[in-house]
Amino acid sequence: MTNIMNEMYRDIIMEHYRDPRGRKHVTSPDITNEGHNPLCGDEVELAISLDGDRINELGIHCVGCAISTASGSILSELVEGKTIDEIKRIAEHVKAYLTGEIDELPDDDMGDLEVLQGVKQFPVRIKCALLAWTTLIESIEHWEHDKKK
Amino acid sequence: MSSSINTYARDIGIEFDVTDIRRHFPILNRTVRGNQLVYLDNAATTQKPNQVIEALTNYYTENNANVHRGIHALAEEATQAYEKARVKISEFIGSKKSSQIVFTRGATESINLIAYSWALNNLSPGDRIVLTEMEHHANLVPWLKVAKDTGAELKYIPVLPNGLLDLDSIHKIITPQTKLVSLVHVSNVLGTINQIEEITRIAHENGAVVLVDGAQAVPHMSVDVNALDVDFYAFSSHKMIGPTGIGVLYGKSHLLEEMEPFNFGGEMIREVRYDHASWADVPHKFEAGTPNIAGAVGLHAAVDFLQSIGMKNIHAYESELVRYAMERLEAIEWIKVLGPDRSIQRGGMTSFIIDGIHPHDIATFLDSLGIAVRAGHHCAQPLHRKLGIPSTTRASFYLYNTKTEIDALIDGLEQTRRFFLS
Repeated sequence: MTNIMNEMYRDIIMEHYRDPRGRKHVTSPDITNEGHNPLCGDEVELAISLDGDRINELGIHCVGCAISTASGSILSELVEGKTIDEIKRIAEHVKAYLTGEIDELPDDDMGDLEVLQGVKQFPVRIKCALLAWTTLIESIEHWEHDKKK
Repeated sequence: MSSSINTYARDIGIEFDVTDIRRHFPILNRTVRGNQLVYLDNAATTQKPNQVIEALTNYYTENNANVHRGIHALAEEATQAYEKARVKISEFIGSKKSSQIVFTRGATESINLIAYSWALNNLSPGDRIVLTEMEHHANLVPWLKVAKDTGAELKYIPVLPNGLLDLDSIHKIITPQTKLVSLVHVSNVLGTINQIEEITRIAHENGAVVLVDGAQAVPHMSVDVNALDVDFYAFSSHKMIGPTGIGVLYGKSHLLEEMEPFNFGGEMIREVRYDHASWADVPHKFEAGTPNIAGAVGLHAAVDFLQSIGMKNIHAYESELVRYAMERLEAIEWIKVLGPDRSIQRGGMTSFIIDGIHPHDIATFLDSLGIAVRAGHHCAQPLHRKLGIPSTTRASFYLYNTKTEIDALIDGLEQTRRFFLS
């Protein structure tokens, strides 16, 4: 038991869970969004301010399990200062990695993301790990859609 | 394990040989992640005994044919098996006529059938639908749709902090404008057993029709729809050791006869022309298309199995299990159990929270020990919102569970807490 639990709840995950990053208030955000996992009631709230197509500031508030909270915390560390396109690419990689489509994350700049791999052994929990990321992508898509109008 | 089990079976004054019962459920022998399976997710679905599995196999091996239309021997056998199941279910829940039993896909479809065939045709603006605050989405979402489409208003009987319905408020909520009262018999989150007889009486005094969601009741206790005097009663086979994909709607004859069909097609007609059609008699007018014949046969076998043990015995045994689980959970200061306390009889489930550990993490940790529980809002989001809790962990029991398994759960929870909080 403990081995597979230790693999899933790595120290870095527990540290992000106990002290999540990015729990800040973003004044005058350009993008806001809420995400829900209807299976368990996990919730995530995102607020983003932009500088051109670059993320200036991101605030994220997760109410959920260790995995979804840690994933949101890691996300907040990764995305600030990156462009929308870069973030979309990272999110695609995260999704492909956790769903087993790719075995390894690309080398560049993936922060603590690799530690989330323990969820692969518990497929129902992959949604927890992806909640913040799918919410982020959804909010970007909405923003891009509105911008085109 | 058997000695302690038999001891407390004697304590509750019944013969209940759980060791023997477990022998009939092959899945209980399997291991999960290297541990003996401890299955405590029975409110979600139950495991199947050999008798049910064999009934399905036998049906497909020996009797498979379509029902109600073939002239050949197999068609006759299949039809008989299907209709015998209807008679069995009818007797099992105290219905006076088997034509009051409609086979559906499950409790959810049974409730939807009432929503579409009865409610949409009988409700209008100014009418009231009364539910309770503890409904499963299956008995809530259809009524949001009906209220929107008909202009009827929805009112909810409140849940008190002790997990019981606020019966004092009922006279204010169930009024002569009330056309339908639809409520759960046993809550799938709190375990509360609702006073169906009394609520039905008040509803009828106001001229309302009563629908009961019995998904968590019929598997666990004797239910007599005639004695309860309810108008409609819904439940699912898979929660009572029967196959998935089949369920039951009981309805009083005069109401079923007045209702429009739910689905349209083969099996449910009397006569069809190019420009019109007339409907078969009840219950067949509600069973369009080829029904789940094997499912009905399997459900018949499930009822036979439950009856061979006795619903009163099952209820007494489960009550003792849940009493023991509550005693152990309540003794732990960092666990908070939801719903009625031990002084009030409840269904065979306990939902609880542990401060600082999310139910998903609890369930995953228990899963790593081979213990299956449910984590989440259990399809009752509004209730959780009202209680101010995003989600809970639920352990739910059935006739094959043991005190030893509850001990394993408690031990698992202690390990969970050490893992996450130390």
